[in-house]
Amino acid sequence: MARRSLSARRARVAWAFLLPTVLTLLAVAAYPLFRTVQLSFFQANLLDYPLRPRWVGLANYAFMLQDAYWWISLKNTVIFAVSSVSLETVLGLGIALLVNARFPLRGLMRTAMLIPWAIPTVVSAQMWRWMYNDVYGVINDLLLRLHLIQKPLAWLADPHLVLPAIIAVDVWKTTPFMALLLLAGLQSIPEELYEAATVDGASPVQQFWFITLPLLIPALLVALIFRTLDALRVFDVIYVMSGVNPSTMSMSVYARQQLVDFGALGYGSALSTGIFLVIALFVVLYLTALRVEVD
Amino acid sequence: MRLWRLLKPVLFYLLVLLVFLYLVFPFYWAVVSSLKSPQELFATPVTYWPTHLRWQNYVDVFTMQPFGRNLLNSTVVAGLTTLIALLFGSFAGYAIGRFRFPGKRPVYYAILAVSMFPQISVLGGMYVLIKSLGLYNTWWALIFSYMIFTLPFTVWVLTSFVREIPIELEEAAYVDGATPMQVLFMVLLPLMAPGLVTAGLLAFIGAWNEFLFALTFTVDDRARTVPVAIAFFSGASQYELPWAQIMAASVIVTVPLIVLVLIFQQRIIAGLTAGAVKG
Repeated sequence: MARRSLSARRARVAWAFLLPTVLTLLAVAAYPLFRTVQLSFFQANLLDYPLRPRWVGLANYAFMLQDAYWWISLKNTVIFAVSSVSLETVLGLGIALLVNARFPLRGLMRTAMLIPWAIPTVVSAQMWRWMYNDVYGVINDLLLRLHLIQKPLAWLADPHLVLPAIIAVDVWKTTPFMALLLLAGLQSIPEELYEAATVDGASPVQQFWFITLPLLIPALLVALIFRTLDALRVFDVIYVMSGVNPSTMSMSVYARQQLVDFGALGYGSALSTGIFLVIALFVVLYLTALRVEVD
Repeated sequence: MRLWRLLKPVLFYLLVLLVFLYLVFPFYWAVVSSLKSPQELFATPVTYWPTHLRWQNYVDVFTMQPFGRNLLNSTVVAGLTTLIALLFGSFAGYAIGRFRFPGKRPVYYAILAVSMFPQISVLGGMYVLIKSLGLYNTWWALIFSYMIFTLPFTVWVLTSFVREIPIELEEAAYVDGATPMQVLFMVLLPLMAPGLVTAGLLAFIGAWNEFLFALTFTVDDRARTVPVAIAFFSGASQYELPWAQIMAASVIVTVPLIVLVLIFQQRIIAGLTAGAVKG
């Protein structure tokens, strides 16, 4: 009896401690999400105050399915996410293996890895925009000196080059994050496994394929999920480097243009809801696949 | 075989050097560009080291742009966001990490699920809410909206830290008649210091770097933060971007972050990799 009332009191104390967080998250996450979904069934102008929403049912969604720009932005986002995440994984794994080796300047290297991660995305986008400058940019200068290109390229003006150029910036910025996650995974692999493999005469390549990679898979999957989630909602780097432009715009860039620049609160909210669903679908797929992997 | 033994370290260090240059060069280039005069900045071929160091660009950032105000806005917003997230986060971390109560798992998962929300999916609703609360174009609009990505993360990091603290200390305090609040502040928080530093740094960096909300919920320099300012730096004409000033501003906002990273490297790496190792 006494025990029961004690645990009830403990529960009340716990909920009291949780209250500020729960209330805050209801206000900043649950309610705005609900409002966004609700507004997606209305037509409303962002600049009206108070709002004068007009019920339109599924019209916004019907329009979305026929909106070529929505599909283009989805395509751009998928291209961006798939290419940047796969490049980051390969490069990040390479860097993690490199830094996992013991060498004198390793500490310096780990610090250098945190620099691209710490730089604000907007700042790194501006830095690269300047490096990509077609006339005064250092990238054209370097590539010309190395004879890799014959004449300067207009990286950010050429519709075929601009998305790959932006992907390269994202890869630069997030590869170190990937490498740090994978490095933590590598360092949790027991040294004895490699010693035993060496005694058994396994080559370094065999050790990589049969020890390192299988044991790294959990860390790799977590890193992949984090990074893909981030890449699917990409906004900053694309907006700063190329504005709202059909050859690069991501789903977030397009939805914000509709919502804020055009004030189309209803349609913009339908797009936002669409993005939420795309990402939720991805999370469910990934988690299902992951569970299969873990079992 | 002998040749290989000789070549291997050379190749290894060459690779290390290459990776190092790849990681650091863009920042180096921003520093170099920020110290160039306009003539040198807009000259071909490109020079890899400025002939005269021109510090004037750093002065211009403050005199020709409202950058001082932007820095103040960013500092206040990121600072208060971090403090609030740490306060609420340590309460919640204590509740989840230490107490057993019905409904704990669903609440914890719901908090973690919020961290997966794409910011764009709440943008419309958040805009309407901020307008109706009268927070538009103020620091509070940003501090309020930044809770969506700082708070879940802070709760998560602090919960895992609370779990690692031995329970005996608390029990002793309870026996002495301390209230749960006293136990949290007098016993746990000092022991959680490393967790607070980790969570606080990551929250601060996240708030300092945020762009989408800052772009959408501010309209002028009253509340505009550094990332938005840097994205919108403009020169005499719209065709002529003040690249030297943009680079100087970029260096100014990045240096404090690099200093933080240098000091707290271990803590940041621990925070970033907590998920990978435990998850």
